[in-house]
This record gives sequence, C-alpha cells and structure tokens, in this order.
Amino acid sequence: MDISRRDFLKISGGTAVAAGAIGAGLTPEEAAAKELELRTKGSTETTTICPYCSVGCGLIVHTKDGKLINAEGDPNHPISEGTLCSKGQSLFQIVNNAKRLIKPRYRAAGATEWKEVEWGWALDEIAKRVKDARDRTFKLTSKSKVKEKQPDGTEKDVEKEFTVNRTDAIAHVGSAALDNEECYILQKLLRSWGVVYIEHQARI
Amino acid sequence: MGRMSLLVSPELCIGCRGCQTACKEWNQLEGEKTENRGTTENPPDLSPNTFNKIRYVELPSEKNPMRLLFVSQRCMHCGDAGCMKICPAPGALFRTDEGAVAYDKDKCIGCRLCVTSCPFNVPRYDAQNKISKCHLCADRISQGLTPSCAKTCPTGALRYGDRDELLGLAKKAGYSKVYGEKDLEGLGAVYAFTDSPKIYGMSDSPAIPEAVVFWNNVLKPLSYLGLAGVAAAAVLHYVAFGPKKIEEVKKDE
Amino acid sequence: MTNHWVDFKNADVILVMGSNPAENHPISMKWITKARENGAKLIVVDPRFTRTAAKADIYAPLRSGTDIAFLGGMINHIVEKNLYFKDYVVNYTNAAFLVNPEFKGPGELNGVFSGYDEKTRKYDKKTWSYQMDDKGIVKKDFTLRDPNCVFQLLKKHYKRYSIDLVSSITGTPKEKLVEVYDTFASTGRPDRAGTELYAMGWTQHTVGTQNIRTMSIIQLLLGNMGIAGGGINAMRGESNVQGSTDHGLLFHIIPGYNPVPSATVVDTAAYIEKFTPKTKDPRSVNWFGNRNKYLISYLKAIYGSSATKENDFGYAWLPKLDEGMNGSWLVLFDKMFKGGFEGFFAWGQNPACSSGNAGKVRTALSKLKWMVNVNLFDNETGSFWKGPGMKPEDVQTEVFQLPAAVSVEKEGSITNSSRLAQWRYKSVEPAGEAMPDSEIINELRNRVIMLYKKEGGKFPAPITNLTWNYGEKDADGKVVKFNIHEVAKEINGYYLEDIYDKTQTPPKLIGKKGELCASFVTLQADGTTSCGNWIYSQSYTQKDGKIINMMARRGKDDPTGLGLYSGWAWAWPVNRRIIYNRASVDMKGNPWDPKRAVIKWNATKENPATKKPGVWEGDVPDGPAPPMADEKAGKYPFIMRADGMGALFGPGLADGPFPEHYEALECPLQENPMQPGHRVNPTIKLFYATEGPGEKAKEDGGLPEDIFASCDIRFPYVATTYRVSEHWQTGVMTRHLPWQLEMSPQQFVEISEQLAVELSISNGEKVIVSSARGKVNAVAMVTKRFQPFKVMDSTIHQVGLPWHFGWQYPEDGSSGDSANLLTPTVGDANTLIPETKAFLVNIKKA
Repeated sequence: MDISRRDFLKISGGTAVAAGAIGAGLTPEEAAAKELELRTKGSTETTTICPYCSVGCGLIVHTKDGKLINAEGDPNHPISEGTLCSKGQSLFQIVNNAKRLIKPRYRAAGATEWKEVEWGWALDEIAKRVKDARDRTFKLTSKSKVKEKQPDGTEKDVEKEFTVNRTDAIAHVGSAALDNEECYILQKLLRSWGVVYIEHQARI
Repeated sequence: MGRMSLLVSPELCIGCRGCQTACKEWNQLEGEKTENRGTTENPPDLSPNTFNKIRYVELPSEKNPMRLLFVSQRCMHCGDAGCMKICPAPGALFRTDEGAVAYDKDKCIGCRLCVTSCPFNVPRYDAQNKISKCHLCADRISQGLTPSCAKTCPTGALRYGDRDELLGLAKKAGYSKVYGEKDLEGLGAVYAFTDSPKIYGMSDSPAIPEAVVFWNNVLKPLSYLGLAGVAAAAVLHYVAFGPKKIEEVKKDE
Repeated sequence: MTNHWVDFKNADVILVMGSNPAENHPISMKWITKARENGAKLIVVDPRFTRTAAKADIYAPLRSGTDIAFLGGMINHIVEKNLYFKDYVVNYTNAAFLVNPEFKGPGELNGVFSGYDEKTRKYDKKTWSYQMDDKGIVKKDFTLRDPNCVFQLLKKHYKRYSIDLVSSITGTPKEKLVEVYDTFASTGRPDRAGTELYAMGWTQHTVGTQNIRTMSIIQLLLGNMGIAGGGINAMRGESNVQGSTDHGLLFHIIPGYNPVPSATVVDTAAYIEKFTPKTKDPRSVNWFGNRNKYLISYLKAIYGSSATKENDFGYAWLPKLDEGMNGSWLVLFDKMFKGGFEGFFAWGQNPACSSGNAGKVRTALSKLKWMVNVNLFDNETGSFWKGPGMKPEDVQTEVFQLPAAVSVEKEGSITNSSRLAQWRYKSVEPAGEAMPDSEIINELRNRVIMLYKKEGGKFPAPITNLTWNYGEKDADGKVVKFNIHEVAKEINGYYLEDIYDKTQTPPKLIGKKGELCASFVTLQADGTTSCGNWIYSQSYTQKDGKIINMMARRGKDDPTGLGLYSGWAWAWPVNRRIIYNRASVDMKGNPWDPKRAVIKWNATKENPATKKPGVWEGDVPDGPAPPMADEKAGKYPFIMRADGMGALFGPGLADGPFPEHYEALECPLQENPMQPGHRVNPTIKLFYATEGPGEKAKEDGGLPEDIFASCDIRFPYVATTYRVSEHWQTGVMTRHLPWQLEMSPQQFVEISEQLAVELSISNGEKVIVSSARGKVNAVAMVTKRFQPFKVMDSTIHQVGLPWHFGWQYPEDGSSGDSANLLTPTVGDANTLIPETKAFLVNIKKA
C-alpha cells in the first residue's frame, strides 16, 4: 500500500490530555481526552454511489488537498442509511492504490513485457487499427434467408442480399461499471463504426 | 453524558465483515498477508492491524446442516479494565468521556503488561512496540459520531449508543443472556446472546487476574511516587507474574 | 427488479433462491432483517448453507440445476390445494385464455412441447396460440374449467411434479419441500405479501430464463406481482449492469430494449411493423404500440439534423444483423477462437476470468491482431499473453492497456437493480494519467472521425453524421471539454419543434422547441422529438423552463411509509418505484391490502391532467387510465404486455410456454426423471455435437475446448460457482485491495465432510479440481455447508468454488486461478447466458 499510514493517535495525540494526574488527585487513566480531532476535519464532502454491486448504496467522500482521505456510508441515503459492506467500505483503497494503472501501456506482437506509452500515440494507433479493420472488412450487404410467398400460396425460404452496413472484424465486451452516459456514447460510437458484436456483463 | 457502549447481536450479524474493513479504513490499518486455512475467518487473529474481526462459529443443528454464528471479536472496553489497572505508564491508557478504553501511543512504554492482564486477550503490539487495539474510534465518538464499525453495520448487529438504552433494547428483544451487563463493572461492548456465552466462544465469567488487582490496589500508587515508567513496569511485572521474562509472557499468549 | 431494495421490509415471506444476498448484496439484508423483525419468514433454498441461510427461518438444500422441479412442485401444491389468489388469477392473468386445442405438453410428447423439430432444435410455435373470437380477441373462460384454458393446462402440466418425484430430483427432503411450499403459499391472500430474490444462481443455467418464469407463475398465482413486499427481484451483480443493459451494450438491443435491426427489416416502416405488438382488445394499453416514437426519436438523437424523413431518419446507417445471426457472448468468443476477429475491446471487463470456459477465451485472445483493454488495474485479460501456458514470443496480439478513472474521479449516473438512476459527483482528479471513460471514448471518436475526414474510407456516413454535441468544440469539431451533462440531456431527449397534443381542441402545447422532454409520453414518431433512450426520458428534464437533473435529487419524503422515496434520485420508467402496480389494486382501484397501498384510485379528487374527478394516489401508476371496473376507460393491469395480462402461459420463449425440468448439460443422471425422452433442454445451442438419447458427447464432436462430460465416472461431482462477500466478480477490483484480499486470499473449494472422508482430504489441504475442460488448484474447505444429496436413490455430492481469483494478481500467484477454467461452453436456450452454476468435476489431492 502506498498510502501514507496515519495513526489516529498521532493525529489526535496533541490533544489527548494526560493531565498532571497525581497532583490533581486523579490516577492517570481517569484523565480523559477532552477533545480528539477527526482526521477528516477541514475536508470537502461529496456524495457518490458505491461502484460494486447493484444495491446502489450511498457514500460520503472526504477529500483534502486533492486527495481522497476517507469514504464512508451516507447516512441520508434511503437504501443504505449510512451502512456499507466490506467492499463499499474499501473505496478508499481503490482510489489510493499503488497497483492502479496510471499510464497507457502497449505490448507489441511477440513482446515479453509491457511498455509505457503516451496517450496520444496509443489513441492514434487504436484509431488507425479500427479504421483499417473496418474499411477492409466492411460489409455493405450480406445474405439472409427470408420467407417468400410462392404463387401457389406456400412459403419458401429464399436467400437474398440485404443492406447490413457492418464490420464483423471488431468485437467489444464491457462495461457494466461505466456510468450511464458513458454506456450510451460507447454503444453509439461502436455502432457508428458498424460493430455488432457488442456484449457485456449482463450475459455472464 | 451517560456511559456509551456497543451492543453486539450475533443473531443479526450476516458475517459480511463491513466492520472489519470500516475499522481498517478509518484507522488506516494495513491489510495483512493471509492464507486460506480451511475457514472463511480471516485474518486469523486480532493484530496491530486488525482491531476487530468476525469469528465464525460452527455448531451442530438439528434442522440444518449447521448453526453458523458470526461473533464480533474486539476490545470490550471493560468498566473495570485490567489493562488500565496494570498499565504503569501514566496516560498511555485512558478512559474517554464516553467510557471507551483508549490509548496514547506516545506514552506507551511497550511493557506489554496490558496483554497479560486482559481477560479477553485483546491488546496487541505494533512494530514500534506500542499498544494497538480497538479504541471505539475515540476520535469519532468524541465528536458525537458512531464508531466506524457500528456505523457501517447493515443489520444492526453492531450498535453504538447509550449503554442503558442498549441494555434495555437487548432485554426487550428477548435475548436470554445479555453478556457483560455486570461483569467487570459492566463491559463497554455488551452482547445479546440466545445461548450460553461459551457457544459464542466467550468465557462465562470473565475476570482480571488476581495479581493485577493486587498490583492496582496496593502497589501501583506507590510506584508513581518513586519509579519512572519502565522501572515501574519491571517491578510490576515481577510482582504480578514472578520472574518470567516479558518475552515468555508474550509467547504464552 | 419489479420492486426495490427498501421494499423487502414490506414482505411477509421472503424467498431467497438463486441468490445469496448476505454475501453478494449485503445491504439488502438490512431490509430483510427489518422484515424479519416485523415477523416475516425468510426462506433460503440453496445447494449450500450460505451466510444468508444462516439467517433463514427455513433452509432447504437442493441440487444445482433443479430449481424448476422444486418450483414446479410448488405450483402443483398451490393449485391442488387451492392456495392461489382467485380474483387476481382470473382477472389479471391469462389463466382464463383458451389455448389452441392442438397444443400438447412434455407429459404427452415425451419431454417436448408440440411443434418440436429435432433437426433444427427449435419449436414451431403454431400450436402455442390462443383461440380467437370473430373480433380477433382471445376467447376466455372465467370459470377456469375449460380443459383448454391456461389454468387447466397449467394444472395438468404441473400435476406431474409430485412431492415424491420432486424430492428425488432435487434431493430436498420431502418435509422441507412441504414446509417451503406452505410457507410461501401463505402469501396467496390479499393481506399477505411474498417476494422472491434471485441473481445468477438462476440465470446461469441452460434453463435460466425458465427458472425465472416458473417463479413468475407462482407470483401471479399468489397475487404477489405489483404489490408492496412482493414481486420478483433480480439482484444484479454490478453497480451499473442495469444501466449498461438499458443503454443497449448488447448485440441484440439498442437503448431502451428496442431490438437491434436485422437485415431483412429494411426500413423504419418494416421495423415498426415487425416489432410493434398488436392487439384488437380495446382494454389493453399495449405500451409497445409506441415503439415507432422511441425508434425515430433515437435516430434523431444519434444522427440529429442528418436524420430526415427523406432518408428514413438515417435508419440505413445502423449496422444490421443477418437474419437469425447471434452475436452473444459464447458465440462471440467461439468466433474469436476460430480467428474471426481482428480487433477486440475489453472495456472494464475481464473475460479471461469471467467467461464460462475461460480457458477457451484465453486461447481466443491470442488469435486477435489487436486488443484494447481499458481498466483500473492490470488483469488476466490485458496480460493474457504472459499467462499460464502462454509463450509471449508466440503470441502475436498487440495489446493497448488504457488506464481508466475510478467512479469518484468523474461525474455521471448509474442505475441500481431497482432501476434507480443516481448521480455521482467527482471528488478527486484521476490518478496519474488515468482518464474518465467518457473522455477515452471522446478521444477515440475524434481520432477515427479525423482519419475519415482526412483519408476518406468505407461508408463514412454513420461516422460523420453521428451527433457529438457534448461540449465546447475546436475548429476540427473535436469536443475539447467534455460535458457529461450534455450526454444525460441527449438521453432524456429534446423537443425539436413545438409539440401539441392534437387530441385536444384547440391543440394544446405540451412541449416547447429546444426544451428537454418531460417524459416519453410526449415523444413523437415524426422526427419532431429526439431521445437517446426512451425509458430514461424524464431523468434530466425541464419544468417551467428550469432544467432539473432528476437523478441528483435527494428528497426523503415517504408519505406511504412503504419506503418508496419517490423524491430520491429517479427510477425508470417515469419514476415508478414498483412496476405492475396496477395489479396491486382490485378492479375498483382499491388496494388489495389497505395497509400496504402502493396506489389507490381516488374517484372524487380532480385529476389535474383531465380536470375530471378520478385520480391515482401513491406511486406513479402503470398508466393513468381508471380502474378496470370502468368498462369504457378501464385498462388491463400489465400494460407492457400486448394482451394486458400476467402470463401464466408464456408462448414467447424458445423452450416452451410452461417451464419444464431438464437436467444441466453436465449432470450426474443418465436420464431425466421427468421423462426419458429429453435429458437436457431440447432447444439449447450445442457447441459440441451429441449422439444418442441423453445427449452424450459425440466422439470428435467439436473443439476439445468445448467438450462436456455428462454422467461420466471421471467427473462424478456436481459443482457450482459463486461469489463471496469480500470479493467482486473476477476480483480485479478487490484482489488489488489488501483490505479485501486479507479476508479471502485464495481460491478454495467447499466440499462436504462425507466427500472429504471418501477422498481422504482434510480441511485446509491443497487439492486440484478438474473438469472435462480444465483444472484449478484450490484449498479444500471441508464443511457441513455442503451435504450429500439423495437423488433417485443414489448419493450425489456437490462442491462449490468462487470465481474471484486469477493468476495475474497477487503477483506471486498465491490466489490461484479462475474457477471458470472448469465451466462449460453452453448457455440458456433464450439468452445464451453460460451455464456456470451446474457442471461436473473431479477432485484430488494436489
């Protein structure tokens, strides 16, 4: 974990008063901490919805100096009422995680390692491949069987050419973790390229 | 303010362990390297990075394959706390206004006497040899917030509130045994049981070792007069447990 | 979900079957616990004694894959003992409908319904039809006595599901069956409510759709659909699998569950003709009669002003499937395996672990020219080329791995299981160079369109005509500052012209040009409205000129006390919280149970829309029409169905109008105990050829990757996969979190104490679990949670494994690999959802 490990007692230690115990006629343990400071003091709060299962629990996210420092249940949320399971409760560790991908990577054909690359290069290369595959494989028409009425009144399967305007060379799977708006523009974009092999988590 | 406490109701717990993660999140405790030992229960024990955990208790059942109980294991915040009684370092362990047994790591001298004096085997020591255990989120409760574990609990298996009210609640709900109501001057984590405490992995009548009581009442006040922390600890240790080395005490845990 | 999470508290009986909420939807247990505190009974039916079962009032074990037998027995019990809710069944379901006398069931035809063709493995559904009167309306017998009425056919079909037979199939003790049946059937009264919660435990079977259908029949018989504390509730697995399905990220649907057009549906007129259900019954609302408005408004949303009447709104630009072409998951990866794709996007998904028969998927990935993998973390899909058994030097697939932002690093909405769309705010900047998915999509769009503008290319019209008005643009038309709110508005839809309600005189203005649509009720079929997804119309709307993001609302009023929270966020359709709620009232509009009134007809209060007395109170009703007792204006309750009735008889499915028990493709039985003719669902797509009765795998019947083994001594144990509370899906988003990994660090297999003795395996010991397709290492968890089943007089052992693990992380390989290396290539007859919940394995010491 690359999170800076902050011990609550370090944060609060300054105010944990142990009092001049004996002089005051108290044993030290009776001298209570009067004021302990929350580690979220002075942070900004935003609300979010848990990214794991589909209950849709609410969280409050605490941020300070551009860092997420805490995330816990939103007590005003009517479904979860401030509660969370272990997954929702660990949102902090998804955001602050040394294993996160933070730079695009590329693996060439036959390569044995990943190589970090620039966004612009990666996106340009993907766009080229999409266009190349699409243009080479694009089907304006394709054969389908249809039932056609025969002069004698019966129906017969006939194979005919129909407009399809698609590519069968590209497939896409995912993503049930994207926001609605992202899902919408993603399907819109894929279908504009003529992609029909589109699947996601609903199927598995 | 009346004394505050936790009410633990294993019958309501679903074993989701939101409380385990909530504790680690708020207190920023590291995840441990563990392995599957043939049980869902993990980490295997309390540790400097694990202040609370769910114990999975499997019992025979007549109508089902088993009776599966989920029991929250953690500091009990005893009214009469063995750890506080024995602690020779002024201010290292202290009781908060709400009644929690909290600690100040800067003042802990690493003597580990609290370990041996705890009837529930709770305190652990971190890599810096400082006490680590549940402090009932002393920072949160001092600001009127709920401890992280209880706040996150979806079913009310962990509840935080006025101790008398929680006791009333447990009794009204018809639990046959409210564990910790009177023991050790009342625990700060009371349990609503439908069976004998042993079933849940708890001792029937938790008690502080006799020697600790003796130390606290007779010798400890003297020590404040003449001895600084570490030396006091040595004396205390000798008196309470005889000429055993601290390391041995640790091994005996 | 027909109902919603908080609504669980309103139930008297909760049946958990095909799911495990304590582990996979833990917060739902808050409301289940609340129900129990109010005296509700929780029933858990599961092969394994789960954490949910630990809380149950009744736990009943059943062998994986026998849910229809279990529930078929319940239907028989309900009908034979007259435990059904008669008024509801007669008036709100198709029980009284008279079926074609030539219709025959599997009891008469040795395992199949009438119309089966063995060659095509398909049904000709001609006989699954109704008798019509001369007005074209279905003939009915409200006494339910006609031998051809649905009710009598249902009774006949399920009479075969006796307690004795069911018990010998499911392995559930008889007394448990009766206890469950009686307890759940106790809700067949107006003042009792029973709900059912399911998840992948029901869908991931070759009979998945029919599992759910069986329960729908039960809920209709008991009058539990549409009421508070009732319904059938699919608890979905991911935070936005509901939304991503709503928005058509699937081969067969475009947004709003409109079918993807096939090639033979040549224009919008043909589309509307083909996909608009028809009814001649004036009392049926037949909501999908509006399909034309939704299709045209969608085309206007995606092609904007380029979509004109003259060019048929750009319909030709939509890619079309060949007639009968299937692009679903298993087919897709089969095609990939055979080298059928050049490029592949795995966007926020890890098929190398999540797919049924994941080993085949891993090989398939190596046949690609290039792959784009967008994720938060590296995963088994992105790094497949260095996975077990791969020689990177030999793998010619180029892989681009793009870092995506976490949910709190961007803004947008997600839709939970109860169709509730909730807005999320951005709290921090994306880590490192990670980008929100929307921006990655935007960048890809820009780059591809620039290439077409620069170089030209094949059929660029759908690309160049695609609307992309999502923020400030530069000179090239590239959106430089992507604004997600503009997308949300496009989804909601706009009035492109002033819209009038022409049924009123003079016509009344209902929508002002340029404003956001009020709801899908105002959408038009003539190109004067745009709407990206009709079911989301009203989610980002405009009232009195003011723009309102309904999904961001935080109102907490709960006037009914039922927990509808209608002011919190926004639920589709039109903020209805319980769908089919018109069935929660009697014919006069009074709630069946006044204590749990979801809606109520107030005959005296003035309706603000019509200015006449008579208005619904409570939840948003399923249509504004007055109650059914109003013979002129009253409408049937199930408005999404062409006949307006709840379907006891369901002729729409591929595998029969009544659910029938068939064994899993891999099952331990030689023969289906229901009948000797068909062991497995006769309409499933077989990826591996079979021979002889009982669907044995044929020698050289296909790819070795697709082989299956049924009733095979080499793989004697039934296995199932599942999830645990501490992990999520393939574990990419939990294995990487030390807090989650520490609680469940390694692949395990749960096995009964009895089986452990037979195999001399002790608890915690390392074992190898193998199937006909692959093997995984696991830690044996020897437990009472699994008990051997008594099935057809023999003992059958079942084991179970979670599917959260993978070789890629932890990097030391300590977690083991995916349980999906074991699962077969076969899917449900209707959805092709892979059968990962019942298959056969062997276990031996590692």
